[in-house]
Amino acid sequence: MNINLTLIGQSVAFVVFVWFCMKFVWPPIVTALNDRKTRIADGLAAAEEGQKAKAEAHEHAEQVTSEAKEQAQEIIRRAEKRETEMVEEAKGNARTEGDRILSAARGEIDKEANMAREALRAEVAALAVTGASKILSREVNADAHAKMLDELITEL
Amino acid sequence: MASSEALTTTGYIKHHLQNLTFGQHPDGTWGIAHGAAEAKAMGFWAIHLDTMFWSVLLGALFLWVFRRAAVRASVNTPAGLLNFVEWAVEFVDENVRSSFSHKNDLVAPLALTLFVWVLLMNTMDLVPVDWLPELAKLMGIEYMKVVPTTDPNATFGMALGVFALTLFYSIKVKGVGGFAAELTMQPFQAKNPILKILFLPANFFLEFISLVSKPVSLSLRLFGNLFAGEMIFILIALLFSGGAVLAIAGGALQWAWAIFHILIVLLQAFIFMTLTIVYLEMAHSHH
Repeated sequence: MNINLTLIGQSVAFVVFVWFCMKFVWPPIVTALNDRKTRIADGLAAAEEGQKAKAEAHEHAEQVTSEAKEQAQEIIRRAEKRETEMVEEAKGNARTEGDRILSAARGEIDKEANMAREALRAEVAALAVTGASKILSREVNADAHAKMLDELITEL
Repeated sequence: MASSEALTTTGYIKHHLQNLTFGQHPDGTWGIAHGAAEAKAMGFWAIHLDTMFWSVLLGALFLWVFRRAAVRASVNTPAGLLNFVEWAVEFVDENVRSSFSHKNDLVAPLALTLFVWVLLMNTMDLVPVDWLPELAKLMGIEYMKVVPTTDPNATFGMALGVFALTLFYSIKVKGVGGFAAELTMQPFQAKNPILKILFLPANFFLEFISLVSKPVSLSLRLFGNLFAGEMIFILIALLFSGGAVLAIAGGALQWAWAIFHILIVLLQAFIFMTLTIVYLEMAHSHH
């Protein structure tokens, strides 16, 4: 337990160790720690930013969705309106067309009937003439009696 | 358990308290001292090989481990050893920040070195007292004191380093005049120049004692605590040669004392570091 040269030796060892620690141990570790601190702080800030952006995007998305929904509703409403309109239009068209076809048919029928009537009249007239000629047992001059025959025809 | 040539209790204790001293014998030859009287006769120009060996080995171990971590240190997630080293560095850094308020790149690494180095040297005290000396004896080495902090040379050596730094920074920060004024113009203060001169001797006496007492108390506190702890381990180890009952009691006592000693080991390292920071803070601040 004597104080001797060991004292100097220990002091030298102390100085060397402290110097080495100060030069090669402390700075890299503390630099790394500080860098990591900065990085973590940055990361947290970025995360917060991201959260904010996400919330904003969410809000925006909701807005867009609701707009789209409204538009869809509008389109559906318009389509329904158009549908009824089209049905009404088609109904009207069909009715006019039907009327047209009906009246055309009616005209045709009238025409046919008139033609049949004319033919019938002519036949009846011829028949009447034939009948009369048979009854009179003589030949009736058609030309001589044409006037009378015409009158007959109109009467029929 | 006791060494073969000194089976008496006193011999056992003395053997454990003897450093492996290398120096010049009074007859002019160089060699290892055999016994306390020879070591004393060598005077100042002798060196404790065991203290030097263990302290340098442990200091190198500290720097090797921490240097490895420092090389690997990066912003990425730390793992394993790096985690531990970063924890130690942050612990010391926090302590330095809380008690040292000036800009000085030396103080934190100094505190880290002192804390870990002293802690490692103190921890040698927890190795059972006879293991390493007996191992050394097998290798032909007569004396082996494995706890460097139980050698006042080691604690004074560190305290002297700290003392030199406090003197250096006191003069660097305050100038020679400022430092001299600090030593002579307080605690008794006066406006009158004659009174000032009258107070000067008393002031210098008080301040000089308080200045010198810092390294002395710093080193003696560490030495005293560890020496006492070591002494108790040695006394407990004596029980092992006193029969089965005493041996069992000794085992239990050694176990209990070791657990308590962990606290002292850690606490003394921490106190040494904290006081060093405080002394350097005082050196930097003006009164």
